[in-house]
Formats: sequence, structure tokens, C-alpha cells
Amino acid sequence: MLRDFFSKKKRYASIPSQEAKQDVPEGLMQKCPNCQKIFYRKELNRNMNVCPHCDHHHRMTAYERLEHLFDEDSFVEWDKHMISNNPLDFPDYEEKLEKDRLKSDLNEAVVTGKAKLQGFDTAVAIMDARFRMGSMGSVVGEKIANAIENARKESIPFIIFTASGGARMQEGVLSLMQMGKTSVALQRLHAEGGLFISVMTHPTTGGVSASFASLGDYNFAEPGALIGFAGRRIIEQTIREKLPEDFQTSEFLLEHGQLDKVIHRHNLRSTLATVLDIHSPGGEE
Amino acid sequence: MMKHVLEFEKPVMELRDKIAELKRLTENSEMDLSDEIQKLEKRLEKLETDVYDRMQPWDRVQMARHPERPTTLDYIENLFTDFLELHGDRLYGDDEAIVSGIAKFNGTPVTVIGHQRGKDTKENIRRNFGMPHPEGYRKALRLMKQADKFKRPIITFIDTKGAYPGKAAEERGQSEAIARNLLEMGGFTVPIICIVIGEGGSGGALGLGIGDRIFMLENSTYSVISPEGAASILWKDAAYAQKAAESMKITSYDLKDLDIVDEVIPEIRGGAHRDIQAQSEEIKQVISQALEELEKLSESQLLEERFNKYKNIGEYTHLDL
Ligand SMILES: [Zn+2]
Repeated sequence: MLRDFFSKKKRYASIPSQEAKQDVPEGLMQKCPNCQKIFYRKELNRNMNVCPHCDHHHRMTAYERLEHLFDEDSFVEWDKHMISNNPLDFPDYEEKLEKDRLKSDLNEAVVTGKAKLQGFDTAVAIMDARFRMGSMGSVVGEKIANAIENARKESIPFIIFTASGGARMQEGVLSLMQMGKTSVALQRLHAEGGLFISVMTHPTTGGVSASFASLGDYNFAEPGALIGFAGRRIIEQTIREKLPEDFQTSEFLLEHGQLDKVIHRHNLRSTLATVLDIHSPGGEE
Repeated sequence: MMKHVLEFEKPVMELRDKIAELKRLTENSEMDLSDEIQKLEKRLEKLETDVYDRMQPWDRVQMARHPERPTTLDYIENLFTDFLELHGDRLYGDDEAIVSGIAKFNGTPVTVIGHQRGKDTKENIRRNFGMPHPEGYRKALRLMKQADKFKRPIITFIDTKGAYPGKAAEERGQSEAIARNLLEMGGFTVPIICIVIGEGGSGGALGLGIGDRIFMLENSTYSVISPEGAASILWKDAAYAQKAAESMKITSYDLKDLDIVDEVIPEIRGGAHRDIQAQSEEIKQVISQALEELEKLSESQLLEERFNKYKNIGEYTHLDL
């Protein structure tokens, strides 16, 4: 409600000049952090949040991704109303969760469900970095493990789009153990011959990178995404040298043999459809 | 006396030294101080109870990092026979931050794997302070696959600050190496027993930590991030590490309460380093019991229970609508 009010108000604002670019109104305009150009948000959204000038892949919300990649009206959501407790009684955690719920219109950092991609049934999990940096607590782990189990039971492929800063610190070691939970679930899917496609988006780091994100039968990534285990700052402190600019980018990982392919967002749907088709019994009619 | 004294146990050590000195004095003189000594020994007993039975999380962090704390190789020596260390991942190299090999436990063939810290600077450099690179995890995986093939139970010892945060580690796929172990350990049809003996640091610990039984030595810790790391992120100041150690719930008893750890293995009063043999005996009993229980399960029961064990970890609520 409050947000609607503000975005309506902004409609009367004039297009900000280059000098005022620090205060680009959130709702209507967006600045590309890569080329510094300013666009109407709608224009960017029509282009799947890819910068029309420099091809920079802007963040996408979970529901935007569903809309752009999957067949219309095919999505049925799972575990939508699962929310985090504060198992360690961590100071301010509940307030932070509530704030992010209001900000993002999400209950947690991942959306899961069943959806069709070019006619193929899939179990899908899409992480959303707007919610607690996409960090993995009990709910994220449980929802992803459930989605994997559903894929196994229904014998349909599992696709994940990762976007996460890693562990949910406020859930401590429970957060760490979600790496185990999701990976053991993937083992069961794997043992039954199930297909798992991992698509890493910006950012995919820490415990998420070191669990399901890296365990796809196919590991893909969007261009320019940050992907890695340890943080750049910690590595630089440890080895006492400056890291190259492209360190831990999708392209860097591809070069080091850690990825099957880097896929431009505009080609993601067709590439995923190709993989699903190759794996579909008897192929597409 | 002990070479390394932790801050919280200083009063104990001082009193011990005093008693030892009095004893030495009376040895070579006519003085009879036995009454005095007896009194002090009683006081020591009470002081030890006060200090060691009421250890705070931060005290346990210090104990888990104690320079004399027994390492994987110490326990291997005391728990197994015929240990044969095996090296290398067959892909890149041999990471000495992880030791692994075959051995017998009570006459039964097993595969043993653990993080390995050094006991001095020279050894620590060789072993990278017990912080593995991808090749360490891949060596462990190679030997776990071998154990699975030859139907040997796997026993792992966890003792690391974390996987090494370095450039080469990233280039060679630290994330993938750890992730792969988590997945594969979910599927081996032999019993897997994991014992945290020192610091269980994040994903680097978990990379050897998926099993049917998870045990922790009383003064070991298991955490998603070090207390210092948590403090610098949460309060922008590593000096709040003590506070973080409390908030993050990282002690063996915390993990038992969170239903992650199956059992806390009691430690020798004052820490495992006080008597490695007696400590090993405690561990031996726990492993024996676990193996006996797990060997009764069929392969499918074993996998089902392992899956459920991890599936059940976590706390959440379904919103009422
Ligand atoms: Zn741009």
C-alpha cells in the first residue's frame, strides 16, 4: 500500500539528470551499475532485466524469473507459507525477517513449486537475493529438499536458480546442516536417475555454492555472476595479494573447468528446453 | 606441568604448582606439611570442579583450540591397529591437511579419515593448519568410495577451522569438492561415523561430516562461522568473539539440544590432552556401540535413516491462514 503510494507519486517526477543519478527513484527508473545508464524499469523488465546497452544481467526476483522462463499459468507453488523461527533466539532476527517479508512480498528466500517449461513438467526452486541476501536457513533448506523429493517421487526434472550469499548466520549451525540436508536429498534423486539442472545466478557463494549449486548434472551460470566458496576480502587477507578483477565470475569458473556453460538470460529458456528434451523419454513430439 | 595454560584455568594451575612445590620441599626436609598439603588438595578438587564443570562457551572454544589438544593422528594411534596411511587424490596432489587410510578397529577393517593440524609451526605449515584444499576432500572421497566398494565402515575425525580460503582452492573448485562429498556421503551403503574432536569449522568440517552418527567431544565446537568471523560481521568487531560464541550456539551440548549431534563424548577433566589414552578409551566405546547398532541395519535402512537424520534438522513454522 505504502509502496503504491510512493510509486504513483514518482510518476510525476521528471527524468533525473546525470548529476542526480545517486537519487534515482526506486520505483520507476533504474541505473545500470555497470554502464551507469538510466532506464525506465519497464524497459529493463521487458528485456528480462538485461541492460539494453551493456548486457549487464541485473537481478531478477523469483516471480519475475518464473514469468519469463516458464509457461504461462503453469506454476503451482509448494510450501509457500513456511516461515522461519528464531531457533537460537538470535537478537533482532525476527525483526529482520519481518522487514524482508514486507520489502520483498516473499515469506522466505526461495520459491518452490511445479511448473512447465516449454511443455516439460519440472520441479523448480528459485532463490531470491532480496530476502536476507538469499541466505540459507532452515526454511530454505527444507523447501529445497522438499522440492527435490517431489521431483524424485513424480519422476520429473529438478531445476534450481541459485542466488545466495551463503549461510543464514542467525540460524548458526542449523544453517550449516541445510547443506547436508539438500545434498543428501540430491543423492536420493541421483540414485534413482533423476535429472538435476543447476543455474547459478548473481551471487552464489559460501554454503550454497558448496552444496546443491555445484551438484547439477548440468551446472550452468548467467554471465557475470559472482560464484565462489570464500569471500574475496577473506582470500585477499589470507594470501596477501590482490585478486584479478574477474576472479570468481561465471567466466572465470568456466575457464577453470567448473561450469558446463555460461548462458545469456535471453537464451536460458531455449537451452533448458533442449536439455529437458534430450532427457525426455522418447523426445519431444 | 602443562606448557599451555588457558586464561580461565589459571587459578587451577597456580594451585597445582603450589601443591607440587610444597611436596618437593617436604621431600628433602624434616618439615611435615602433610596437613597443609591435604587441605590444599581438597581445595584443588573443589576448584577444579568449579572451573571445569562450569565452562562457558568461550572457555570451550579455547579448549578446542588448545595447542596440546590431541589430533586425528593421536586418536588413530590409540584407537586402531594396522593403520596404513594412503595418499593423494589421483587428480592433482596430496593434501596433508587431511590424513586417511585403512586400519582395524577391534579387529574389524575400517577406513579412517580426518583433518590434521600440526603440533608445531613447521608441521602446521606442511599441513596448512588443518585447512584443506579441494584435493584433500577429493582424496577423502576416493578413499570413501574404496571403503564402500570393500564394505568397510568409515570413521571420520573433524578438526578444522575451515576449508582453506585461497586463490588456488577456488580455481580448483573448493565448492564442488565439498559439495560432492556431501552428496556422495549420503549414498554410501557402509556405516559412517563422524566425530568432532576439536574445531568443526563450517563447510570445511561438513565436507567430512555426513554420517549415520555424529558425535562431539565435550569441549569441541561446531559452527557455521568462527566466533571471530561472526563478531566482525554482526558487530563489526572481532573483539566481540566471546559474545558471538554464546549467541551462535556452538558447543557440544548446544548441538545435542539442536538434535544435530547424537551424543556428547565426555572429556577428561581439564581437557582431552590431559590423558589421551583414557580419552581414546571413551571414544572407543562410543564407536563400538555405534558400529554394533549400525551393522544390524540393511543397506536400505541405513540410507533411509541417514536421509531422515538430515531431513529432520531445522526449525520452521507453517503460517496459519
Ligand atoms: Zn548497462
